[in-house]
Amino acid sequence: MASPAPGSRLVGEGASRRTGPAQWGFRAAMLVSLLIAMATLVALLVQVVTEGWPRLNLDLLTSFPSSRPRRAGAQSAIFGTLWVMGVVVVTCIPVGIGAAIYLEEYADRTRWYNRLIEINIQNLAAVPSIVYGILGLAFLARGWGDLGPTVLTAGLTLSLLVLPIVIIASREAIRAVPRSIREASLALGATQWQTIRRQTLPAAIPGIATGSILALSRAIGEAAPLLLLGALTFVTFNPSGLDSAFSVLPVQIFNWISRPQEEFHVLAAAAIVVLLVILLAMNGAAIWLRRRYQRRW
Amino acid sequence: MTTAGTFESARPLPRAIGARRPRYGEMVIKGLLGICALLSVGTTIAIVFALLQPTIEFFGDVSIVEFFTSTTWAPLFADPEFGVLPLVTATLLITGVALALAVPVGLLSAIYLSEYARPRVRNVLKPTLELLAGIPTVVYGFFALTFVTPLLQDLWPFGDPPGVFNAASAGLVMGIMIVPTITSLSEDAMAAVPHALREGAFALGANRLTTSLRVVFPAALSGIVAAVVLGFSRAIGETMIVLIAAGGTPNLSFNPAEAMQTMTAFIASAGIGDQPTGSTGYKTIFAVGATLFVFTFLINLISIRLVRRYRQVY
Repeated sequence: MASPAPGSRLVGEGASRRTGPAQWGFRAAMLVSLLIAMATLVALLVQVVTEGWPRLNLDLLTSFPSSRPRRAGAQSAIFGTLWVMGVVVVTCIPVGIGAAIYLEEYADRTRWYNRLIEINIQNLAAVPSIVYGILGLAFLARGWGDLGPTVLTAGLTLSLLVLPIVIIASREAIRAVPRSIREASLALGATQWQTIRRQTLPAAIPGIATGSILALSRAIGEAAPLLLLGALTFVTFNPSGLDSAFSVLPVQIFNWISRPQEEFHVLAAAAIVVLLVILLAMNGAAIWLRRRYQRRW
Repeated sequence: MTTAGTFESARPLPRAIGARRPRYGEMVIKGLLGICALLSVGTTIAIVFALLQPTIEFFGDVSIVEFFTSTTWAPLFADPEFGVLPLVTATLLITGVALALAVPVGLLSAIYLSEYARPRVRNVLKPTLELLAGIPTVVYGFFALTFVTPLLQDLWPFGDPPGVFNAASAGLVMGIMIVPTITSLSEDAMAAVPHALREGAFALGANRLTTSLRVVFPAALSGIVAAVVLGFSRAIGETMIVLIAAGGTPNLSFNPAEAMQTMTAFIASAGIGDQPTGSTGYKTIFAVGATLFVFTFLINLISIRLVRRYRQVY
C-alpha cells in the first residue's frame, strides 16, 4: 500500500491550517527545541576549535605529555588508543558476530535459555559504562586476572562494553537477508554452516561492518571505565605490547581538563578536535559503506 | 570440516529423504557460536559477582542503616562517614535537570521531524541531531566547564550565581546529550503509527496540531515512554560530564548552583585515587556501584512494564 510519506500535505487539511495561535505557538515551540539542539552542537564545535586553535599543529601529534604545557603533546595517547582499539577489534568483533549468528541462525526461540540470552543482551546494552569499569577492576586489573592497568585490560573491558552493540547490529544485518537465499542454498545440498558462510554472511557483511564501526567509535570516546582501571597515569612512552602501561585520548583529555592552568585547557581542546576528526572519519566510513554496499532485497 | 561419511553406498537401502547422520564439524561450529552467545550471559554474572562480594564485605564493616540514612559521605577521611544519601540526591537532581531540558526538547523535535517536516528537511535534520549522540562524554564535560558554566554565571536568574563547579551546568549539558536518544526513538515510534489513523483524524476535521497530540502521540506512547526511560537511565549512569563539571564534593543540597558529587563521579574519583585492594575505600567503589546498578536495573524493569502496559499493536 502506497501511503503518503509523513510530512506531505493531505487533502482536506488546508482548511484547518488557518486556525489559531495555538498552532503557531506549537510550531514555534518545536522550532525552538530543534534550534536549541542544533545551536548547542554548533556552539560546542566552535568553542572547541577556537579554544584549541593555538595548539592545533603537528607538535600536538608528535610530542609526549609533559608537565610543561608548551612542550606537551598527545603522541602516547594516540598510540595507546590505536593499541586498545586493536584489542577491541580482535576480541569483540568475532565474538559479537558469532553470537549474532547463533541467535539468528541456530537458536530455537521457544527455548527459555535462548530467550534469556536475548533479554540479557538488551539489559547489558543499558548498563552504565562505569559499571563495566568496576567489572574490569575486579576481575581483570586486580583479583582473578591481575593484569594491572595495561593495554590488554583496557581493551578487554571496552570489548565487553561494546559487545552488545556489535551483537544487536549484526543480528539486524543477518535478519535482513531474505529467507529464500538460505532455502535455495540448503536445497542445493549445502549444510547449514556452508549456507551461513557462503551465502548469509557475505550478504550481511555491509550491515555488520557498519555496526562494528559504530561500536568502535563508541569505544574510542569512552573514558570513565578506563579511569577505574588506573589509566590516569603520566605515560610518556608509546605502548610496546599488550602488557604495557598506556594512556588513551579521552583519558589524556580528561587529565588536561582537570588541571587548573589555562594552557592545559587549550591542549585539551586541541586534542578534542583530533578525537572528533577521528570519530567523524569513522562515522563517514560507516555511512559510505552502508550507501555503497547495502542491498535492498 | 564437514566430512560426512562417503561410504554410504555400502548401506543396504537408500536412506529416506531428510534422515540425519551426525555432522560433527557442524556441531562443533554450532557449539562455538553458542559459546559466543553465552559469553554475554557470563558478562552479566561476572558483573553481579564483581559487585556482590565486596559489597557484602563492605556491609560487614559499615552498617547498612548508616549507609542509607546518614547524610554525610566522607569515606576516605580519617574519621570516615558512610551516608550515601548526598550522592543519591545529587544524581537525582542532576538527572532531573537533564530530563527537564531533554524531555520537552526531545519530544517536540521528534513531533516536528515525524509530523511536520518535509522529507528533505528531515533527511538533513535527523542525521545532524544524531551527531550529538556520537560526541564523547568527555567532550561534553569540557563544553560544560568552559562554555555553559561561564554562560550560567553571567545569566543566572535566581540568587547567588553558580561557582566553577555546579550541578546546573552538568545537568543541562547532560540533557543535550540525551536529546538524540529521546528524539530518535520517539520519532521511530511515531513514524510507525499507521497513516490511516492520521487520515481518519484529518477526515474528521482535525488540524495537524490536534492530530499530532491527540492521535499520533497517544498511539506511539509505548515507544515514547521507552525512549524517555532509556534517556533517564543513560543520564543516571553518565560519568564524565558530572566528574568534570559538577565538582568533587559530596553535598546534600537541592540548589543546582552548588557543586555536588554523583554516584558515578564518586566511583570514578575513588578509582583515580588508586585504593589498595581490600581497603574500605576500595570496597566503597563496589557498594556505590551496586547501588547504581540496582537503580538502573529498577528503571529498566519499570520501562519494560510500562511499555507492555501501553503497547498498541496494529
